[in-house]
Amino acid sequence: MITFDAVSKRFPDGTSAVSDLTLEVPGGEVVVLVGPSGSGKTTIMRMVNRMIPPTSGRVLIDGQDVANRDPAQLRRGIGYVIQQIGLFPHRTVADNIGTVARLEGWDRPRIAARVAQLMDVIGLPAPLADRYPHQLSGGQRQRVGVARALAVDPPIMLMDEPFGAVDPIVRTRLQDEFLRLQAEVRKTIVFVTHDIDEAIKMGDRIAILSNGGKVEQYAPPRELLSDPANDFVAEFLGEERGLKRLALIPVSEVAAEPGPVVRPDDHARRAEQVAGAHGTDWVVVVAGDGRLQGWVSLHELEPGQVVGDARVRPFALSVRASDSLRAALNAMVTSRTGVAVRVSGEDRYEGILTQEIVSKEIR
Amino acid sequence: MDFVQQVAAWFADPANWTGPSGALARIGEHLWYAFLAVLGSVAIALPLGLWVGHSGRGTAVAVNLANFGRAVPSIGILTIAFTALGFGFLPGWIALTALGLVPIVTNTIVGIQTVDRDVREAAEGIGLTGRQVLTEVEIPVALPLIMAGIRTSIVQIVSTVTLVAVVALGGLGRFLVDGLRTQQYPEVVAGALLVALLALLTETALGAVQRAATPRGLRRDRSAGVAPGPPAVTG
Amino acid sequence: MSAALGAQPLVDVDWITRNLDDIWAATAVHARFTVIPVLAGLAIAFPLSLVAVRYPRLYGPLLGVAGLLYTIPSFALFVLLLPFFGLNDLPVLVALTIYTLLILIRNTVEGLVGVSRDVVESADAMGYRPAARLLRVELPIATPVIVAGLRIATVSTVGLVAVGALLGFERGGYGAFFLDGYARDFFTPQLVGIVGCVALAVVLDLVLVAVQRGLTPWTRVAR
Repeated sequence: MITFDAVSKRFPDGTSAVSDLTLEVPGGEVVVLVGPSGSGKTTIMRMVNRMIPPTSGRVLIDGQDVANRDPAQLRRGIGYVIQQIGLFPHRTVADNIGTVARLEGWDRPRIAARVAQLMDVIGLPAPLADRYPHQLSGGQRQRVGVARALAVDPPIMLMDEPFGAVDPIVRTRLQDEFLRLQAEVRKTIVFVTHDIDEAIKMGDRIAILSNGGKVEQYAPPRELLSDPANDFVAEFLGEERGLKRLALIPVSEVAAEPGPVVRPDDHARRAEQVAGAHGTDWVVVVAGDGRLQGWVSLHELEPGQVVGDARVRPFALSVRASDSLRAALNAMVTSRTGVAVRVSGEDRYEGILTQEIVSKEIR
Repeated sequence: MDFVQQVAAWFADPANWTGPSGALARIGEHLWYAFLAVLGSVAIALPLGLWVGHSGRGTAVAVNLANFGRAVPSIGILTIAFTALGFGFLPGWIALTALGLVPIVTNTIVGIQTVDRDVREAAEGIGLTGRQVLTEVEIPVALPLIMAGIRTSIVQIVSTVTLVAVVALGGLGRFLVDGLRTQQYPEVVAGALLVALLALLTETALGAVQRAATPRGLRRDRSAGVAPGPPAVTG
Repeated sequence: MSAALGAQPLVDVDWITRNLDDIWAATAVHARFTVIPVLAGLAIAFPLSLVAVRYPRLYGPLLGVAGLLYTIPSFALFVLLLPFFGLNDLPVLVALTIYTLLILIRNTVEGLVGVSRDVVESADAMGYRPAARLLRVELPIATPVIVAGLRIATVSTVGLVAVGALLGFERGGYGAFFLDGYARDFFTPQLVGIVGCVALAVVLDLVLVAVQRGLTPWTRVAR
C-alpha cells in the first residue's frame, strides 16, 4: 500500500505542482492518475520512488516513510516504466532487462533464467535477446521497458504513459496483455496517463487531477462515470460517459429476459402465440439440446409450417456473460430484432437483452 | 640536380637516418615527447571532463574556453612556457600537455551530455546510484566521443611536437628549424614530409583502433563516432 | 638562457606604449592572414559542398581528403608549399586556406542536407525550380550552420597564423612577438600576442554573429 500523507510539491521557480495531497493506493490495485498537463500527475508518481522529493508531507510504502530509505535501494524495489522507455543504447535487450538483477548481485545463470522467463511472459521472441534497442520496433521496445521494470519482481510499479509512444493498435494489444499479466501478478501500480479512456480501461481506481495537483475525484471507474463529483470531472470524462460506463459493466450483472423461444419442431401457430406474448414479430429458435439456431420472422412463416423448415436467420452478433453491456448494445443496433442474444460458452441460449435493460444502466 | 631529386637524395643518404641526430632518432624523440604529453593530457582532462559532464557544473565556462582556446597559438604557449621555466623538457611537457587537454575535456563533456535525458532518468528510476549512472551508462555511451577526443588530442600533440624544435628541443621539427636557418631546403622539405607522414599515420592508426573499440549498440550511425568539430589547432 | 620568472614584471606597460605601432601592425597582418584564407576557403568549399549535396557519394571521399590535409601539421605544410610558391606570403595563405576546408565543407553540406524534408517538399509542391529552391529556401535555412562553420574556421585560423612567423617575421602576425619574446626572455610581447589573438578571435566572431543575425532575422526571436 502506498500512502500520500498531506504531500505538497513546490518547485524552486514558485510553481506549485501538488498541494496537500492525501491519497491511498491499495495493495494489488492499479491506481490511475489522470489529468491535463500541469495537473502534477507525473510529479506525484515520481515522489513515490524519490525521483522528486516532496516539499512537505510524507509518502509511505506499507507505513514506512520513503524519505528514510536509500534512494537506489528503494528504486530497485519499484518497477519504473516511462513513455520514452530510456533503454540503454549500448546494451542488448537481455542486458537491459537484467540490469537491476545484476545490481542486486544475482549470479549469471539466475539472471539469464529470469531474463528468458520475462521475455516469455512479456511476449518477446527469444532471438531478440541479443539485439540492441535500436534494432527493435516501438512496441518491442515498450515490452523491453516493462520487462526491465519487472526484473526483480518488485511489488510496486510506477508507469508514466507507458504505452503512449506506440500506435493505437499496438497500444490496445499492450494494454490487454498488461491487464492479463496484472490479473496474475497483482502488483501495486501507479499509472499515469492523460487519456481518460486508457484510465477507465486500466484502472481499479482513478484519481482525476486538476491544475496544481488537486484531486477532483478518486473512485473506481464505474462510480466515477455514474456519479461525477463536479463539472470538471464530468467534462473530463466526456459526453459519452454513459457509453463508457456500459463498457465496464459485464453482461452477467444484469438479468436477461427469457425471450420468445420456440423449438425447431414447433408449428407456426405456436410461434405466433409466443411472439404475441412477448410483443415481437419474430421468435428465437433453440434446439432441444439448448443450442441457439437463430431467429425467424413471423412474416416468413407459412401457416401450418414447422419452424425448422422456415428460413432461420443466424444472429450476426451474440454476447457472453463476460462481455460488456457496450458489446450488447452494439449487438442490438446491428440486429434487425433490436435485441442482443446471450449465449454460454458452448453456444447454448441464455436469454435476450433488450434496450430497456441497457438504458436502465446508463442512467 | 633539381629540387625533387635533392629531396630524394636526402632520403637515400643513410647518414641522414642514423646517429643521434638522424631521422630515426628524431622520430623516436618525437613520439616519446608526444607519448609523455598524451599521458599528462589524459590524466588531467579525463577526470575533469567526466566531472563537468556528470555534474553539469562549469559547462558554459568549459565550452567557451574550448572555443576561444582555439585562437591561442600553440607556439605562443610553448614560448611562454620556456620563457617562464627556462630550457628543459619540463616546460615543453607542460605546454604540450596543456594543448592536448581541450579536445579530451570538450569531447568528454559533450559525450556525457548527449546521453539521452530519458536514458539517464530511467537509469535513476530503476535504482542506479549517481556513480553507477556514470560508470554503467554515461561513460559507455560517451565512449566513442571520448575516444575521438583522445584521438584528436594525440594527433594534435604529435603535430605540435614539431614546434618544440623552435625552443631548442629535439623531434622531427629540428630538420625544419635547422634547415631553414642554414637554408638547406631539401632537408627542410624532407623533414616536413616526415612530419606530415607521421601525423597521417598516427591519425589513420588511431582511426582503426577507435572503430574497433566502438560498442556494437552504438555503431548504428556514423555520426555517433565523430567528434562535434575538429577542436583547436593543429600545431 | 635563464629562467626569467620573477626577474621582470609580468607586463611591461612601458614596452607596450613604446610599441603601439608595431602591435597595431601585427594586428593588421594577423587579421589579413585570417580573413583572406577564410574567404578563400569559403569560395572553394561552397561549390564543392554543392557538388557533394548533389552527388552524395562524393561527400565521403571529399571529407576524407580535407581531413587528411587538415591532419598535416601547419609548420610542415607551410614548408612543403615553399618550393611551389617561394618564400613569400603565399605558402602561409594557401596552407591556412586548406585548413578551413574540412570545417567549411562539413558544415555547409550538413546545413544543406539538414533542411527538413517537409520544407523541401513544400517548396517543390509550390513550384520552385531546384536552383531557386536552393537559393531561396535551402540556403537561408542552412545559413546558421554554415556561419557556425565559418566561426570555427575563423577562430582556428587566428590560432594558426602565428606559426607563419617561422617563415619570416613579416608573416604570422603576433607570431613574431612570441619568437621575439622568447629570444629575449621577455614576457610582455608574448602576453600581448596571446591577448591579441583572443581579442581578434572574439572581434571576428562577433562580426560573424552580427552577419548571421542580419541574414537570418528569424533566429533572433527568443532563442
